[in-house]
Amino acid sequence: MAKHSKSLAGTGQYRIVTGTPVSLVAAGGTLILVAVLTALPFFAGRDLLENMIFVFYMLALAQCWNLLAGYAGLVSVGQQAFVGLGGYLLFALTIIAGIDPLVAILLAGAISALFALPTALIVFRLRGAYFAIGTWVVAEVYRLSFAQFRQLGGGTGTSLGPDITNAVFGIDWVKSLLDVRTPAARDVISYWAALALAVGTLLLVYLILRSRRGLALGAIRDSEEAAASVGVNNARVKLVVYIIVAAVTGMIGALIYLQKARISPDAAFSVLDWTAYVIFIVVIGGIGTIEGPILGTLIFYLLQNYLASYGPVYLILLGALAILVMLFAPKGLWGYVSQRYGVELLPIRRRLVWKKDP
Amino acid sequence: MSLLEIRGLRKCFGSVVAADDITFAVEPGEALGIIGPNGAGKTTLFNLIAGGLFPDSGTIHLDGRDITTARPHERCIAGVARSYQIPRPFETLTVFENLLVAAVYGRRKSEADAAQACGEILDQVGLMRRANVLAGSLTLLERKRLEMARALATSPRLLLLDEIAGGLTESECGALVDTIKALHDSGVTIVWIEHIVHALTAAVGRLIVLNFGRKIAEGNPDAVMSSADVRHIYIGIEA
Ligand SMILES: Nc1ncnc2c1ncn2[C@@H]1O[C@H](COP(=O)(O)OP(=O)(O)O)[C@@H](O)[C@H]1O
Ligand SMILES: [Mg+2]
Repeated sequence: MAKHSKSLAGTGQYRIVTGTPVSLVAAGGTLILVAVLTALPFFAGRDLLENMIFVFYMLALAQCWNLLAGYAGLVSVGQQAFVGLGGYLLFALTIIAGIDPLVAILLAGAISALFALPTALIVFRLRGAYFAIGTWVVAEVYRLSFAQFRQLGGGTGTSLGPDITNAVFGIDWVKSLLDVRTPAARDVISYWAALALAVGTLLLVYLILRSRRGLALGAIRDSEEAAASVGVNNARVKLVVYIIVAAVTGMIGALIYLQKARISPDAAFSVLDWTAYVIFIVVIGGIGTIEGPILGTLIFYLLQNYLASYGPVYLILLGALAILVMLFAPKGLWGYVSQRYGVELLPIRRRLVWKKDP
Repeated sequence: MSLLEIRGLRKCFGSVVAADDITFAVEPGEALGIIGPNGAGKTTLFNLIAGGLFPDSGTIHLDGRDITTARPHERCIAGVARSYQIPRPFETLTVFENLLVAAVYGRRKSEADAAQACGEILDQVGLMRRANVLAGSLTLLERKRLEMARALATSPRLLLLDEIAGGLTESECGALVDTIKALHDSGVTIVWIEHIVHALTAAVGRLIVLNFGRKIAEGNPDAVMSSADVRHIYIGIEA
């Protein structure tokens, strides 16, 4: 085995370097993109804004599920529990408690995290397929529970009155800034909130992966047993991730239902809308990468936009595409591209370099 | 006080008794070798010590502290590190990142502080050239080295090595023995499972022989290897 070859190179130190030229370009591109998206309401119509809101919350949900399943190995099919919970919390906090909707979104996140703790105590006792089924069952329990609340419309649901949606924080300012009427101003605020949530979720996932916890998540993803053998407390890392994801998912749910202004248990706790589509996005885009869910969301949006009118055929197509990707590019489209061309847009990697003392 | 003390350890898988009333101790600074035919229960013993498996009965003490029911990560932080006989690298992390996780979590260091130690270990085991490639792309030989390097990155007091010399050429094997001796000289206590008896006896001061889950011999390597029981098991294995 090699002797200390570096001693020939004089004195110096090993250092960690992250980032590559590609990732620098990507970071710059991201900043420009976010700036353009922020300014979009100044020149885009309401249709585009509404579509973009959909893209933003699906992207945020996909990032959350990817962190959960792709990194922490928690393959949940019950994330609709937190989407619905967040939505219902928004309605309860605004209708019953009279809180401003934007503040209610933040509160919905915090309360979702509180709900996640006892939920985790139940589902974390289960492994593999049983964990997946357990999360689904818990989501059903949530749905049935919220159907009991008379004040929130019971099983048929309820609507947010214009007195609430039109009184959202900042609406007068947007009306005068963009010279639009109330409904359009409401969409603009939802749009900015959705953009902030999507960018915030991306940033959060990125920062988690860059932190020491990110190293542990990578290790857990590859081998739980080996991760534990080098000192990683797998259970704790997973619990932290589960709770963070629940908080963010709750906030996304609150935002979705602020924009929809109508909620019912069946829609809010829909496994198809809030989990199956999200899994589709992550799987075709590339599980276990940040870039994958972004690509997946764009593909899903295009399919949805052009094919959704075909009804059942559309769902069959989604399924067929997912199966094809799983067979021929098991790491998703982004996984295929990044493996083939060796590109990584986000500088998650830590590289070891030798720096000579000056 | 012994660094590791094992008393009456027993583990069954159905009707297979993989560890049958095993008792021994490892002193601080010792290098202990373990041999035995395939299926003798060697790896099971490591799993019990490192916490991957819990015993049916018996106790394990590290530095006088009972760790019989401690979880694997707690044992690592307490100073136990292991390599896996069948390597389990973190395949989607780079070689360096494999060590970094171990140093950050097993040794509770910051990433920046860990870099220097990880670099030195990679240099020591001859993996520096491969530091920044994905561990999934390593050859079997390199994976075995990574197993040892990653265990070392946790700066263990007790290092458990499970058949890391298998498949090495004669000169590679000699280099490995040198590395292990150097580790031992630097104060790490080592328990090494190996089939290649001459490599083992060159590095360890004491030998334990397992067969069908039982400890059948223990003592000075030369004396153990020349005992009748052991010769009987080992006929044909090491000519
Ligand atoms: N997880 C397990 N489940 C069932 N049987 C096992 C397990 N691990 C080991 N065994 C059995 O225990 C015995 C000892 O195995 P092992 O400790 O791997 O032996 P060695 O490392 O000495 O070759 C073998 O008969 C093996 O089949
Ligand atoms: Mg073995």
